[in-house]
Amino acid sequence: MTREEIESTVKNFLVEEIEVDEKNIVPEAHLKDDLGIDSLDFVDIVVIVERNFGFKIKPEEMADVRTLRQFCDYIESKVGDNVAS
Amino acid sequence: MSRRVVITGMGIYSCIGKSLEEVGKSLYEGKSGIGVDLVRKDCGYRSPLTGIVERPLLKGVLDRRLRIGLAEEGEYAYMATLEALRTAGIDIDYLEKNETGIFYGNDSSAKAIIEANNIVAEKKDTTLLGSGAIFQSMNSTVTMNLSTIFKLRGVNMTISAACASGSHAIGLGYLFIRQGLQDLVLCGGAQETNRYAMGSFDALSAFSVRVDAPAQASRPFDAGRDGLIPSGGAASLMLEDYDHAVSRGATIYAEVAGYGFSSNGAHISQPSDVGCTVAMERALADAGAAAADVDYVNAHATSTPQGDMVEAIAIDRIFGASRPLVSSTKSMTGHECWMAGASEIIYSVLMMQNSFVAPNINFETPDEYSAKLNIADKTVEKNIDLLLSNSFGFGGTNSALVIKKYKP
Repeated sequence: MTREEIESTVKNFLVEEIEVDEKNIVPEAHLKDDLGIDSLDFVDIVVIVERNFGFKIKPEEMADVRTLRQFCDYIESKVGDNVAS
Repeated sequence: MSRRVVITGMGIYSCIGKSLEEVGKSLYEGKSGIGVDLVRKDCGYRSPLTGIVERPLLKGVLDRRLRIGLAEEGEYAYMATLEALRTAGIDIDYLEKNETGIFYGNDSSAKAIIEANNIVAEKKDTTLLGSGAIFQSMNSTVTMNLSTIFKLRGVNMTISAACASGSHAIGLGYLFIRQGLQDLVLCGGAQETNRYAMGSFDALSAFSVRVDAPAQASRPFDAGRDGLIPSGGAASLMLEDYDHAVSRGATIYAEVAGYGFSSNGAHISQPSDVGCTVAMERALADAGAAAADVDYVNAHATSTPQGDMVEAIAIDRIFGASRPLVSSTKSMTGHECWMAGASEIIYSVLMMQNSFVAPNINFETPDEYSAKLNIADKTVEKNIDLLLSNSFGFGGTNSALVIKKYKP
């Protein structure tokens, strides 16, 4: 999956399913402080990521993820085009 | 002296209408809300008949975090509560500043539980359930969600008492206000209507199979009945201390004058005329009213031979001399189960306000018990000063409420 596809899919589910305000979705946005994503929302994001990207988020791998860019980096590390299959 | 308790707000979301205005019109016209849900046939139901209740669309109306904990019955309850608050002249800002309680009847959240279980069975992983499942699955789902959405800070609990849940919820709200423990209590009842909710009830062969004529299927007190029709939705009422209501200039719909309860202490599904009688007599005594004062009895009668018979015996025992008008609005709505005790107070108050008794539709041939009652088979123009509403449930739980026309 290309980086553009990942970013587009993430943006789409943040707006449509988590109902984040679209204008706040920029790469440097802080997931919690800027996008208002709380711990219960992350429980739902685990489900959505599994459905959209086919893998399950491991909380320990998300420990350093703070921004939207880092979140997309994490997803890319799992399903990006350069991931050895 | 005990405090007086009045109804200052009402909201309804049901198979015969989604507002007080729509429901009042349906009651007056004797309109049935019963239809066929073919999905139930595929699910192995014996009867596909049900009250047809449209699911509200809340996306864009209610914030996601407040919305995703709502099971189907909670969505109905949210809609009913919006109308109850609007008619009460109360908004969230007021609720944040004025402690308000909630007693709401609910006795299942089958769809939420079954769907969550299906996901776990398929995925073998509970983390794929999402965050809403737990808040939708608990029996207290309605009260936990409404109290969060509407910023309620008073007494907060769900009443699970089978098909008397909504009635007991109102009774308890009334007692809390009368005792001076609360000034405002949101009361009500909610009932899911999905295909999962009623399978185990259908298993008892208690439902009508008059599929060719859904509007004629619910026939309380009629000799030709063949069972009840499950239904649902939600009903919300704002109960308020009388002085509190007057001081804020609230519109007063009616007064809750008495609450009676009993338990049969006998069979789990068979009703008891003795238990019904005790509940009604207690409610009348609590209201300081004589049987002859009652102008209308809103019967629990669900359209099952045994239940209708037992209630008819009890009503005749108490009201045999005065013979007030009797009707079961379940003839139009079907059996709204956990919601019924609350919705039927709203139906009855709408009749009281507009001076009519709604018909017990499909009552064509009395049996030897219903023949003794003064059943309104058509809409009757009638002033109602005092009414009594019955609700009975599995396990022998009985509730009766007496409602009085408001006079300052």
